[in-house]
Amino acid sequence: MNDLLNSIGYNAWVLPALLLIPLIGAVVILLLPVTDRPVEHEVETPAARSVAFWIFLLEFVVSIGLWWTYNPANTGWQAGIDYSWIPSWGVRFTLGVDGIALMMVLLTTFIMPLAVLGSWTSIRTKTRSYYALLLILTTGMLGVFLARDLFLFYVMWEVMLVPMYFIIGIWGGERRIYASLKFFIYTMLPSLLMLVAIVYLGLHARGAAGTPDFSYDHLLAATSIPERTALWLFAAFFLAFAVKVPMFPLHTWLPDAHVEAPTAGSVILAGIMLKMGTFGFLRFALPLFPGASMNPTVRMIILILAVIGIIYGALVAMVQPDFKKLVAYSSVSHLGFVMLGIFALTLQSVQGALMVMINHGISTGALFLLVGMIYERRHTRLIESYGGIARVVPLFAAILTFVSLSSIGLPGLNGFVGEFLVLIGSYRTYPVLAIIAATGVIFAAAYLLWAIQRILFNSLDRSDNTHIPDLNKRELALLVPLLIVIVWLGVYPQPVLRRMEPTSQLLIDRVQGHATVASLAEGAR
Amino acid sequence: MNFDLSLPAQLSGALGPELLLMGGAMLLLLWSGWRAETDAHQRNVGILSIVLCTLTMILVGYYAYVGYTASVGVIAVDNFRWAADEIFLLATIGTIAMSLDYNVREGITAGESHVLLLLSTSGMMMLAAARDLIIVFLGIELMSIAIYVLAGINRRQERSAEGAIKYFLLGAFSTAFLLYGIALVYGATGETNFARIYNNIGQFHLEHSALLLVGIALLLVGFGFKVAAAPFHMWAPDVYEGAPTPITGYMAAAVKAAAFAAFFRLWLEAFPSLLTTWHEAVWWLAAITMVVGNLVALAQRNIKRLLAYSSIAHAGYILVAVVVGTRLGSSAFLFYLFAYTMATLGAFAVIVALGSRGEDRMGVEEYAGLWSVRPGLAVAMAVFMLALLGFPIFGGIGFFAKWYVLQAALQSPFPQTRLAVVLVVTSLISAGYYLYVVMVMFMKPRDQAAVLPARAGGWTRTVVWASAAIILIFGLFPDAIVSFTRRSAPVLTTDAPGAAPTPAYQRTAGAQAPELASIRPGLSNTGH
Repeated sequence: MNDLLNSIGYNAWVLPALLLIPLIGAVVILLLPVTDRPVEHEVETPAARSVAFWIFLLEFVVSIGLWWTYNPANTGWQAGIDYSWIPSWGVRFTLGVDGIALMMVLLTTFIMPLAVLGSWTSIRTKTRSYYALLLILTTGMLGVFLARDLFLFYVMWEVMLVPMYFIIGIWGGERRIYASLKFFIYTMLPSLLMLVAIVYLGLHARGAAGTPDFSYDHLLAATSIPERTALWLFAAFFLAFAVKVPMFPLHTWLPDAHVEAPTAGSVILAGIMLKMGTFGFLRFALPLFPGASMNPTVRMIILILAVIGIIYGALVAMVQPDFKKLVAYSSVSHLGFVMLGIFALTLQSVQGALMVMINHGISTGALFLLVGMIYERRHTRLIESYGGIARVVPLFAAILTFVSLSSIGLPGLNGFVGEFLVLIGSYRTYPVLAIIAATGVIFAAAYLLWAIQRILFNSLDRSDNTHIPDLNKRELALLVPLLIVIVWLGVYPQPVLRRMEPTSQLLIDRVQGHATVASLAEGAR
Repeated sequence: MNFDLSLPAQLSGALGPELLLMGGAMLLLLWSGWRAETDAHQRNVGILSIVLCTLTMILVGYYAYVGYTASVGVIAVDNFRWAADEIFLLATIGTIAMSLDYNVREGITAGESHVLLLLSTSGMMMLAAARDLIIVFLGIELMSIAIYVLAGINRRQERSAEGAIKYFLLGAFSTAFLLYGIALVYGATGETNFARIYNNIGQFHLEHSALLLVGIALLLVGFGFKVAAAPFHMWAPDVYEGAPTPITGYMAAAVKAAAFAAFFRLWLEAFPSLLTTWHEAVWWLAAITMVVGNLVALAQRNIKRLLAYSSIAHAGYILVAVVVGTRLGSSAFLFYLFAYTMATLGAFAVIVALGSRGEDRMGVEEYAGLWSVRPGLAVAMAVFMLALLGFPIFGGIGFFAKWYVLQAALQSPFPQTRLAVVLVVTSLISAGYYLYVVMVMFMKPRDQAAVLPARAGGWTRTVVWASAAIILIFGLFPDAIVSFTRRSAPVLTTDAPGAAPTPAYQRTAGAQAPELASIRPGLSNTGH
């Protein structure tokens, strides 16, 4: 496989191609002829969705080669490219993957075609614009994972925002306008602060000619930022990422956005966009400011917020009457595990955090898809409107139970691997917090199993529920890949872990190395 | 080539573009009065005006390309002037093109309306060139008087007449401030030429002269009115609302840019040695303008008033570049003017395209569901709104403009960190109203009873698409403009011999000398 890919020069063109294919696809879709005004409940321009699906499938096929060409033994950037973009400002168009970015890219390209299938019949109006926005969104998300230049990273970070704003605001539920604006403002405020921090970093690293330098590698090498300034810069990055994650007190945009977004929007938000925050910590906030992020006070605050997020998210999820909101709050809880793993900073905990990121994308994505499917049939998301539907829709019930068990962290399925690694990893550095966090797993079992019981089992006492059609072929086709990945990652996560390990190790060494140097210098004074 | 400005022939050569535009405008004025007022005649005059502006743009481009220089004199011959001129001319072409459609719709048959725009533009070009307070005054008057007339060109309409009177009275008021300031500065220094003012301040140690300080304060107030900086902004919303929409766009884009160009040059060439005196004042002016403009804009529900407050807010952002004042600041200043002008012009072109005779429906809510009936205009308007918001890629060049100002603010020898934070926070506030427009257009359902807006005229549509294209294309590849404005920057310098740093600004910090040097790169041409 590797030889074949190398023979077509795969590494040289794959990353720009991944960013370009969706953009070209968006243009193609916008140029599709509009069919006549659709009759009630018909899909406008049905060609748009199939074209979008094939483009996303092509994107996935192109990206999957990275799985083989990526060489875990090499900790540097791979498949990198470097073009000049705005020379007067020292901005370059630089892309590359490391072990972490690799998995995030594959997660993105894997989920996107499924998200299209999930919108197949639920998006009926303005389909061309909808799928074009999904494609542009993909470019933005991949750009965030691939950027090696902080300016480019920031641009891509903001590029994600507008398509999602429109997707929530135009095709969302009843309170969509409120939710989309909240989403936009919550994300934009800290992003702008991050922009100021990026400008500062770029100017700090400027060369003799006075041109700023935003290259990630150069910024890593430049270490002479005063400690107080570093704390402020870290705070700016922290806010931007913590809102995206979202961490405990900053999470209030999430339930609104997730609930109001159309199914594909929720899937992408939960599956991919939340990972931007934790990815940002791993890629930027920690390595660029090791001193500030390893400052015992800062670290403790973040860890405690993470643990609060785990417990709080789970408890709030437990009392939600709305199933979609329940899943949304469960994200707060899961992402708390990721933050705990990252800031505990042992190899296991970081690897575990990365696994949780992937698993959460798969499992929660699947949950949102399932919620969307049942909503399309019954037009309600309230748990109490259901009951006993396992007898009516056995296939749906089986898959929902299966996915819920994976989300809870049943050993043998994917959820277990990540959370277990986070807990044993963080137990080594923060035993008390790890023990408290472990109770979050119990709560997770409580809220999901209880919800499943009320939806699927109990007694079938509502007449509306007796004639729900079961999953159709399209829905099965989009769920099966997810189920396969759930089992695969649960049983044999080794290939994934092996690819991420050197990068995680490098990160830990880098952060701890700097922190040790800093504390030695402190001691010498 | 070096113009010797003491020789009349060479002075005329240095004023070539202005003379071309003014001469052409005079001929057009004669021709437009020659025939009876009809739509066709009005249109012909307008098209010829566009041709004249294009020719002037080419001439300006040629001057910039050759890289003329000049001796000390009443006008500057440098890239700053050429860059500013190109911005004004571009805005003028856009305005005339919009007016062609607008005048037909509103029944304005006076071809002179286009000629007045040309005259106003030549005033702006003088402002960009001015190196003498008298020229500043001439330029301001030439520019403003034409605009007073244009604001009331639709004289049968009550709102237009009201706006025109308001604009005239307040304009005269602010001109009085300006004139009084000029008189006092002249009284204190005995000079009207920027370079000699600077010279005399150093030579006679006038840093604490009360007369001079009061004069500077009055100048600041006068310019504050002209650029609509808070707290001197009160006139703008009413006038913007009342004036014919293309003229409003012209006022918001070009007039403001011209006043800023003169302001920038005056401050940095004549008074760099009084840095601490005016610096603090402009600092506060910038901060207050950003905060007030953005906060009040949030409450606006009329699209023209909303854009009026948005333009006030942008005056604040541009003032940040003035505060920074360095070489980089001047480059960022020009870049910002360009981006702002394009986005404002485009936004007003959309309003013209969607308006109907009499302009009575100007509420933002009128645009509800616009996307479903006029998708092109809705998308273009979203681009302009995002550009004004300063959003990357989708807002194109608007983001880079803010980025550049931010970068200049942080890179100055005295990093304006607090001002940068104010800029960032107020930009966020501005999301509240720019996104409101976007939200109404895309997310609100269309009122079934609403009248479908008539298809816009070809000229207006061209302006919309051209501005959107410029914003988006340069939003991907801004380097050409950055390097052009950067070339424009270093020539901005007094030709006065370097005077020793004066005690006035050594007062604050010993390290303030580099700031002076960087403002006047003629003294030390080092970058940062």
